[in-house]
Amino acid sequence: MEKDKVLLELNKVFCQVFDDEDLRITEETTAADIEDWDSLEHINLIVACEKKFSMKFDISEIAKMKNVGDMAKMIMEKQ
Amino acid sequence: MKELEYPFDSEYIIANKKRLRRELLIDSEDFVQVRIAILGGSTTSNIRQVLELFLMNNHIKADFYESEYNQYFEEAMFPNERLEIFKPDIIYICTSNHNIQSYPAQGDTPAQIEKMVKTEIRRYTGIWDRLCDVYRCSVIQNNFELPYYRLMGNRDSYDVHGSVNYVTRLNMEFYKYAQHHEKFYICDLNYISADYGLKKWSDPFYWYMYKYAVAVPAIPYLSFNVANIVKSLMGRNKKGFVCDLDHTLWGGIIGEDGADNIRIGQEEAEGQAYLAFQKYIKAHKQLGVILAVNSKNEKENAILGLNHPDGALSEQDFICIKANWNPKDINFKEIADEISLLPESLVFLDDNPAERHIVTNQIPGVKSPELTDVSHYIELVDRSGFFETTAFSDEDKKRAEMYEENRKRAVSIEAFSNYGDYLESLQMRAVIRPFEELYMPRIAQLTNKSNQFNLTTRRYTQPEIEEAASSSEYITLYGKLEDKFGDNGVVSLVIGNIRGLQCHIDLWLMSCRVLKRDMEFAMMDALAARCKTKGITEIVGYYYPTAKNHMVERFYEEMGFVKKDDLDDGGTVWNFLLTEQYERKNKYIEVEDGNNGKR
Repeated sequence: MEKDKVLLELNKVFCQVFDDEDLRITEETTAADIEDWDSLEHINLIVACEKKFSMKFDISEIAKMKNVGDMAKMIMEKQ
Repeated sequence: MKELEYPFDSEYIIANKKRLRRELLIDSEDFVQVRIAILGGSTTSNIRQVLELFLMNNHIKADFYESEYNQYFEEAMFPNERLEIFKPDIIYICTSNHNIQSYPAQGDTPAQIEKMVKTEIRRYTGIWDRLCDVYRCSVIQNNFELPYYRLMGNRDSYDVHGSVNYVTRLNMEFYKYAQHHEKFYICDLNYISADYGLKKWSDPFYWYMYKYAVAVPAIPYLSFNVANIVKSLMGRNKKGFVCDLDHTLWGGIIGEDGADNIRIGQEEAEGQAYLAFQKYIKAHKQLGVILAVNSKNEKENAILGLNHPDGALSEQDFICIKANWNPKDINFKEIADEISLLPESLVFLDDNPAERHIVTNQIPGVKSPELTDVSHYIELVDRSGFFETTAFSDEDKKRAEMYEENRKRAVSIEAFSNYGDYLESLQMRAVIRPFEELYMPRIAQLTNKSNQFNLTTRRYTQPEIEEAASSSEYITLYGKLEDKFGDNGVVSLVIGNIRGLQCHIDLWLMSCRVLKRDMEFAMMDALAARCKTKGITEIVGYYYPTAKNHMVERFYEEMGFVKKDDLDDGGTVWNFLLTEQYERKNKYIEVEDGNNGKR
């Protein structure tokens, strides 16, 4: 899957989890940019991504995620 | 809300919980309020949020108190101003096997392990006693899910050092407390984790990453289960079933197929599945659940189907039977009126999506599980948690006691001193009669698929069977065997051809599911009796060997026949002289001549 496509799909997941249709993410988006994105919601984001892209993150990868760009990259590697 | 009814998509709920909450809040003004404190031994955030959704879906609005992470013990055992001010109606202690303090080591003596169990349990009983004292509210306590791994493999279950054994003991102690304390309820984590799949439920990924003792995708199952207990505590349980008939309580359409052709009972797979479902529905009566019928049928056909001898339910089990051609929502409301219950307290069981739609749309609050394949009816109804039982009324209790006494009368399965005692304990009852219309399909089927216990291996078509049954030149007998564990259905057949004073056995077969039950003796007795009434003095038996029927090579000898002839192909011919002093061979089966079979 192309990066742009992944980001587009990721955006849908973010809108769903944070229940905000207007939410727009970029590769640089981090938890600091989204009010509800705390550690407790992070897990829901992870689970929703795993379902959307039919893949599983490794425990070692999640700690390395710094922003949405990292997330998209990991998803592309797993596709 | 459909998304929150069983069977739900748990990951969908997790991903959409904010939106679902927003939508549920729109009409929440008249929701009943409850205050729930969650004291957790691991992360509980999602558990609380999804529990809130399931409760709202049942018109219950909960205010929550959530303990600090893994502070269930401290917050319960010591003065806690915040919780006191909160004044909980229900305290939910959400612990898991991660909270077990220590496990036995290989060197520990049984006495040391016993002490460990006591110490661990004292922590919990201390909490429960104190919560009851201080807060005087209901307490819901998770039991423990089984361990994620088994050091000794299977031995872990029974060796006192095994963690599986240890967790099981702790759970048993929890149950003892629950049996003797009011307002104390177990949330059966052990069952729901097994039901979900322990390996996925306890996926350590979620523990290491977020300190969730339950895998996040599994959380809705836990929350749903807790919501069922809360719902029951708040008197929001369902009170009864309203059942459709065709394709719901039996296979087929009775108005078209006729009572003889609906699928119900032991005779074939689909009938067995419907029978199991009928038994499941009927068992609810012990809980005080009311049963009613709402079916598009002629009333007399409905009654015929309900009284089918191979079904578990009968007409008398239903408090109200509406079998007519009115719209089902109209019938449904009338049923609720007649038995003075709110329509939304009744669960509608119907295989037809259009009928479910009209009832649930016209009558808000009515639940109607999506029945599609009969082999999953029980799962759908059972997992929906309509009748979660947190308390028994006195009346319910009495009913339950009566049932318990009946059960005690049955001999428990223990060591039997001899095989006869075992057969005696089975309380076998047989119906042995000439072939009957109702069983013709099963009889034809048996003649075509029985290979082992089959003396002549003669195959028959259904018309041939029917011809023999109606002819005065034939004696036909079918045998149906029931025991205390259930009905085996039609299991044995005999067809004899009358020639003068002789009866030649064209067919004698028995299903292997009832081998060594002495059913063959009962058949012999019945055959002898039948022959006598026809003035027959000699029975002639034939054994024709096949690759599969070796087990009955000496059958006639065992029945007391004398060999008359050896045939070229290895077959044998036997005869039995009927005298006045025919001695009954069957000792353990109570034989009836028909019109029974119902319990």
